[in-house]
Amino acid sequence: MNAPAFRAATDAASAPVVISIKNVSKRFGAAGSSQSVLALDDVSLDIRKGEFVCLLGPSGCGKSTLLNIIGGLTDASSGSARIDGREIKGPTPDAISFVFQESTLFPWYTIVENFNIALKFQGVPQSEWSDRTMKALKSVGMATFADHYPNQLSVGMRQRVNMARGIALKTDVLLMDEPFAALDEQTRMVLGEDLSTLLAETGKTIVFVTHSLAEAVFLSDRIIVMTARPGRIKTVVEVGEPHPRSPDFMLEPRFSELRNELYALLRDEIRAATAAMRDPVAAPVSLHGG
Amino acid sequence: MAGKDGNTLGTRAIQIGFLVAVGLVWWALAANRMVTPLFLPHPEAVWRAFARLVSGGQFWSAVGVTLTSIVQAYGIAVVCGLAVGYLVSRSRYSTRLFEPLIAACFAVPITLFFPIFILVFGIGPASKVAYGAVYGFFPVALNTIAGFSGVGAHYVKAARSMGASRAQMFRHVLLPAAFPVVVTGLRISFFICFASVLGGEAISSASGVGNNIAHAAELMEPARMFAWIVFVIVTAIILNMVVSHVESRGREH
Repeated sequence: MNAPAFRAATDAASAPVVISIKNVSKRFGAAGSSQSVLALDDVSLDIRKGEFVCLLGPSGCGKSTLLNIIGGLTDASSGSARIDGREIKGPTPDAISFVFQESTLFPWYTIVENFNIALKFQGVPQSEWSDRTMKALKSVGMATFADHYPNQLSVGMRQRVNMARGIALKTDVLLMDEPFAALDEQTRMVLGEDLSTLLAETGKTIVFVTHSLAEAVFLSDRIIVMTARPGRIKTVVEVGEPHPRSPDFMLEPRFSELRNELYALLRDEIRAATAAMRDPVAAPVSLHGG
Repeated sequence: MAGKDGNTLGTRAIQIGFLVAVGLVWWALAANRMVTPLFLPHPEAVWRAFARLVSGGQFWSAVGVTLTSIVQAYGIAVVCGLAVGYLVSRSRYSTRLFEPLIAACFAVPITLFFPIFILVFGIGPASKVAYGAVYGFFPVALNTIAGFSGVGAHYVKAARSMGASRAQMFRHVLLPAAFPVVVTGLRISFFICFASVLGGEAISSASGVGNNIAHAAELMEPARMFAWIVFVIVTAIILNMVVSHVESRGREH
């Protein structure tokens, strides 16, 4: 076993490309129909081995769609997406696993059964199940809750377990779709720290979708800032801080500079997105006027 | 846990107390002749009538006809309801198309069509089986649709991302997610079949428990009629307990 590979930020530039997205567009609904929505418009992106990449953008900018295309859950309308050189045509559970919000733990199974079923779906031989499950649960400090049902745990504990389920699948790539969105601020921060440590140890490639600027800066090597719909890549922000990251990073001036930079980049996009969606929060008149 | 057990014990005691109270009121009304024995015979007379029924030899054949009809009607309702419900739930379009139709048919008083069942299937048990099966079909189909179309998309998405096959998706995600709602439909359907078969027998038939009840009423033999009715009530209570037990066992797995 290697000693924990504490990755330096510079490693990424020389590492091989794992995920390659070329000119990907995604349209929902038939082109030309009134229901048709262009969610992604000509997105190209290379993600290198061991990189932590954040997709950041206003609601509806297609960041989850992009993640689903990488994960093979959605087809691109045009362009190509590849994992390790293979064209992505459907889920590739041997290479990619997802971590969704905590609510995707199956409530009819205990924690152990949830892990076993995930490993079974993935095609892992039964002899490895219990070892992998317990190791993953221990890595997030949840081993003692193995026989509990998800709804017997707090939301934060469930998300810990859910992260561990992704880790137990032992894929090189982990796609995380706003995994902390349902958590309170403090729990998010603690889990974010744990995630940074865990990832530094495992060297996984992560693509992470979030709304949170602080989360993006704290966790990412690279932040892909996307425009309002149709989603395009507006700019890419490099963070350049080695993993694992300590909470002290958040106190450094560089952290708030990056955060402010992101906010400046996103502000106009968010206004554009909310205006386009006629968000009732942005336009309270429509709530009371009608 | 102890508190919960105590609570269910207390609830049970009140439920039994209620039944005992009903029995006592019956006894008091009949013993004091406050109601004519034609409408409410004395419990002792009912008991004697019941003893005569059981020793008479026709009792078990009538019970056999009725129970067989109920089991057959329920079996058909369950198999057809599950199959149709599952197929309809497979696409959002077919759910939107068929669910309101099935719900509307269930809202029609199917009892009104009972004479047609007699015309088509005859006066024997077959018409009661068909009638019970048609009535019992709806709650199974409707709850199966609701159960399977209500499975959270996020569970399906997560399982797909882990590489679940179609069979695995059904066995480990769709089925357990839909199960509680489907089981409720199965339970409702069972008692609808029970009531439909007995009701059908009482309206028009040549045999069975319902026929015997109607026959006793026509012959002005209230004690015999009540003996049958009490027997049906006790059977229903026992069946309800069995079904609840099976249901809670099923939910644990």
